[in-house]
Amino acid sequence: MQFRIVKKPEISQKQYIMILLTAIVLALITSGLFILILGLNPFYVYSAMIKGAFGSTYRLEQTVVKAIPLIIVSLGIAIAFKMKFWNIGAEGQIVVGALFASYIALNYGEAPRALLLVAMLGAGFLGGSLWGLIPAFFKARWGTNEVIVTLMMNYIALKWVTYLQYGPWKDSASMGFPKIANFTQNAILPKLLGVHIGWVIALILTAFVFIFMNYSKKGFEIAVLGESSNTARYAGINISRTILFSMLLSGGIAGLAGMIQASAVSNTLSVEISGGVGYTAIITAWLAALKPPWIIVVSVLFAAMVQGSSFVQTAFGISAASALVIQALILFFVLGSDFFTKYKIAFSSELLAHGKETKK
Amino acid sequence: MNTVLVIAFLKAAVIAGTPLLFATLGEIMTERAGNLNLGVEGMMLMGAVMGFQVGYSTSNPLLALIAAALAGGAGALIFAFLTVSLRSNQVVSGLALTIFGTGFAGFVGQGLVGLKLSEKFSAGFLKIKLPLLGDIPALGEIFFNHDILVYIGYLTAIILGLYLYNTRNGLNLRAVGENPAAADAASVRVTRYKYLHILLGGALCGIGGAYLSLVYVPVWQENITAGRGWIAVALVIFSSWNPYKAVFGAFLFGGLDIIGFRLQGTGIVISQYIFAMIPYLVTIIILVVVSFKKDRKNAPPKSLGEPYFREER
Amino acid sequence: MTNGSAYVSMKDITKIFGTVTANDRMSLDVLNGEIHALLGENGAGKGTLMNMLSGIYIPDSGHIFIDGKEVQLSSPREAINAGVGMIHQHFKLVDVLTALENILLGYKTGILLRKREREAEIRKIMDRFQLDVDLNKYVYDMSVGEKQTLEILKTLYRGAKVLILDEPTAVLTPQETVRLFKIMRRMKEQDCAVIFISHKMNEVMEIADRVTVLRKGRTIDTLNKQETDPQELTELMVGRPVDLSINRTARVFDNKVLFVKGLRALNEEGVEVLKGLTFDLGAGEILGVAGIAGSGQKELCEALAGLYRIKEGEITFKGENLVGKNPQEFINRKISMSFIPEDRLGMGLVASMDMVDNILLKQYHYSQGLFVKRKPAASKAKEIIKKLDVQTPGVNHPIKNLSGGNIQKVLLGRELDSHPELLITAYPVRGLDINTCHKIYDILNEEKQKGVAILYIAEDLDSLIGLCDRIMVISNGEITGIVDARLAEKKQLGAMMLGKKEEEYAV
Repeated sequence: MQFRIVKKPEISQKQYIMILLTAIVLALITSGLFILILGLNPFYVYSAMIKGAFGSTYRLEQTVVKAIPLIIVSLGIAIAFKMKFWNIGAEGQIVVGALFASYIALNYGEAPRALLLVAMLGAGFLGGSLWGLIPAFFKARWGTNEVIVTLMMNYIALKWVTYLQYGPWKDSASMGFPKIANFTQNAILPKLLGVHIGWVIALILTAFVFIFMNYSKKGFEIAVLGESSNTARYAGINISRTILFSMLLSGGIAGLAGMIQASAVSNTLSVEISGGVGYTAIITAWLAALKPPWIIVVSVLFAAMVQGSSFVQTAFGISAASALVIQALILFFVLGSDFFTKYKIAFSSELLAHGKETKK
Repeated sequence: MNTVLVIAFLKAAVIAGTPLLFATLGEIMTERAGNLNLGVEGMMLMGAVMGFQVGYSTSNPLLALIAAALAGGAGALIFAFLTVSLRSNQVVSGLALTIFGTGFAGFVGQGLVGLKLSEKFSAGFLKIKLPLLGDIPALGEIFFNHDILVYIGYLTAIILGLYLYNTRNGLNLRAVGENPAAADAASVRVTRYKYLHILLGGALCGIGGAYLSLVYVPVWQENITAGRGWIAVALVIFSSWNPYKAVFGAFLFGGLDIIGFRLQGTGIVISQYIFAMIPYLVTIIILVVVSFKKDRKNAPPKSLGEPYFREER
Repeated sequence: MTNGSAYVSMKDITKIFGTVTANDRMSLDVLNGEIHALLGENGAGKGTLMNMLSGIYIPDSGHIFIDGKEVQLSSPREAINAGVGMIHQHFKLVDVLTALENILLGYKTGILLRKREREAEIRKIMDRFQLDVDLNKYVYDMSVGEKQTLEILKTLYRGAKVLILDEPTAVLTPQETVRLFKIMRRMKEQDCAVIFISHKMNEVMEIADRVTVLRKGRTIDTLNKQETDPQELTELMVGRPVDLSINRTARVFDNKVLFVKGLRALNEEGVEVLKGLTFDLGAGEILGVAGIAGSGQKELCEALAGLYRIKEGEITFKGENLVGKNPQEFINRKISMSFIPEDRLGMGLVASMDMVDNILLKQYHYSQGLFVKRKPAASKAKEIIKKLDVQTPGVNHPIKNLSGGNIQKVLLGRELDSHPELLITAYPVRGLDINTCHKIYDILNEEKQKGVAILYIAEDLDSLIGLCDRIMVISNGEITGIVDARLAEKKQLGAMMLGKKEEEYAV
């Protein structure tokens, strides 16, 4: 049977959500098949995942703890992606943010708590933005491909922390074990409603990024530049400055997440500090169509998936990597579903019938 | 440093560069068709894990390589379907493929950690000194005393070069990447060309990954590729989409990859973790230098990253 | 001439894009050995119909017969196998390949290229149709005329017996057009069927044997050229009587506002694209710029608008030097200039944004504070809709979904809103229907009356001669002459476009 592709007229919000939901359901069915192949009942696994993510106050808190960095980093990525600057370097920006914050925490650990934490947040932002500005500079100055550069910066950041962990920053009290000393109590973010205060920061940042992207001049310039650099030039937008500014913000926000992880979650700096959040956040930012409110929704769902799958791992013995597979499948289906919001497929049998009709 | 050490180093660079070579050639093929597949890392991992799985259970090198190629190709098929048929954003689709490949490899590889390949299997990848070529002083030892996959790597580069520049299909492929509308109007089957070369490219990435798990390491370990897939993407730019230049680039980076370990015994006191940064640093430097000047000969395929749709209106 | 049945016959062809019916039960018969003109305005459905004959689009319904047999043309490959080849307005050539490689592209000849053998075959065709192409030249080094000849050769080499030429003269100089018509007559002699898509009446009258007129997706009529005249054809095409003349208003100002002296610029590859241009422009004057596509028009506009790096020379606008300033500094210094770029959606506007945000693009610089103010932009948008009669579902509708004419109105409306004293317009009527064209000419004349200095870049010599006060011809980055439009002749302009200096022509 012959088929061809035809452009659709604009679709309504409702149709759009229907297509999106269909994609997610199909993704879950596909992952279900995958689980079935492993000889497990997908319904048990899925319900165990939900239980693992939301089943008790502790699990719920854990889900929120996992959602916090995801939300914050997705916000940062969204700013860069809006400009079509493919910042794959959030992972490194998180690490360097954590590194800078740790420097403060390790050296001035006895400073007053509020002052110390604010200084650490500042240092985290600074570190992340520095790591984001380097590829931004190359891009602005020579048009260097940012995808690869941001990515390479991740590896450099990780090797740097490894070097510190095994070398100069090694805790002399750890009896030869390669780890960096724990932070003092003053350098650890306080808790609010059972979860560290990072969730408040995440909400504030969401509001900030939302307003920034939709109502600020800079946000408008970023959106214009993302659509067409020629138009941006034509409209008198300083392209280099806009690239640098948005990456300063994008990297800085990722750096804040690094500070929060180091301070509140691991209480120290280590190579595992980011744990792939920089990559997962790319998916969540994209799935949320770079819109801050949706970033919260998608990030919480993804955090639940990660939390749930770590529960499933112990319950069913499925590797935690399965969460990655399911996440990627959802992303595949949602990416593919975008097509059906713009086009439809017409089959030739239908066309012939149409042809006969008009002939009459 | 004496000559023996230098020759040993260069020889090791060739071996370390071979997985990069396969992946770079695969990505060149993909990008020549106008598709930027950032899933190289994922496809390499898929190839690495499936190659190891089949190699372990069958002890048959050929089957292991076929499995690796199919796994890489399967990853590429997802990408091709998304970007060619459904016109999804290529950057994000490629990233999704890398995440998928990482998850898939972690998942399948869970049961493979700590297993050893059989003697019988490894016998398939013993070093073979080539007659005549292998006897050339120094060069013979560096380039022509290797396992069979290294030679297949050379051959793939040459075949791909001949294909691109000297055959009808190669001409068509270049046209598809440059200007798919023109190729289409000249009755080249654009979609078929794209699918075919993305799939073949993925298969080569899969083999590149398998070289790591089957020959280079050769045991299974989580994240065995350690960013080599991304370096391969950068090498494509470095070699300006030319398979012959890719050979040079791959071996250069093979050398950078191992230089830290090699220098450790020579009394140079710099942490190996600092040396481990070198390939990534050099990649950035090369990309920046390449972006200094733009000329027509070394430009990327013009339609790279753009979906093609005939009935667009 | 009309004996025998049609070689190509299209019957009841319907094609719908989204909600737009591009072709509504269209029919067309073309004989071999004839040049058949397809006449219609933009949006009449000429292109869509021909794209279906050449296998690019697939009809929703209807039948196509070639040489008496019904055919299904679902790809260009099938079309060329059936003997149909199309020369598109945007050439389908690969820049980084040579002429020969472009001809061999997609051609079935075994695995290897065997360039030598193919070359001999190609030369035979070149002799037969008297085509002149340098087979080893890279396409990026070719002029537009050369590219077109190459396209024709490529199509003939594949055995096309039906040739479709989509507005082939739009980008040619008068001299190149003469050469093209010679080739077309030669094809006719060789018994090919030639379909000539155009909206230029004089060319249709010159070259066609029969004319089919299309309007708004329907076939209106097919006429023998001898039995009709331009007035009748135009009325059929537009659907009502029209006045084709362009109005030139008298000049009321005589002070000069813009002086350009010795302007030089290099492109990215270091090639000189502007080679010392010197001219001036007065208030309330329309200065036309004529030239072959790619002679430096785009670079000149962008240089004036602060978007192109200038190597040397002076640009003085109302006593202020503009060289070395970018659009941002223009805004800061309140330099009253507007630029309607050639690439409307790629440079002038943001395709995916709505009208409000597109208007905001030129306003937000002037508002106070860190935030954008959309309210004034929205009311401005409504004003423009009313004033220029923009057809749009609303101010929040993405402008990429509007028609070309409406997109141009949005752009023009926004730019005129800032009351510029200098207006640079690059191809402002390209791709627009006759009505909208005349609407735009009227707007330009209105601005001229207000004292705006207008630089008008166009490809259509008729509109240049009709609308402008003076016409500046550029060729290969140089000014070959500036002539009084009232005294200008097409032939002279054509020669100047090809690089002949005004004085040389006079001799």
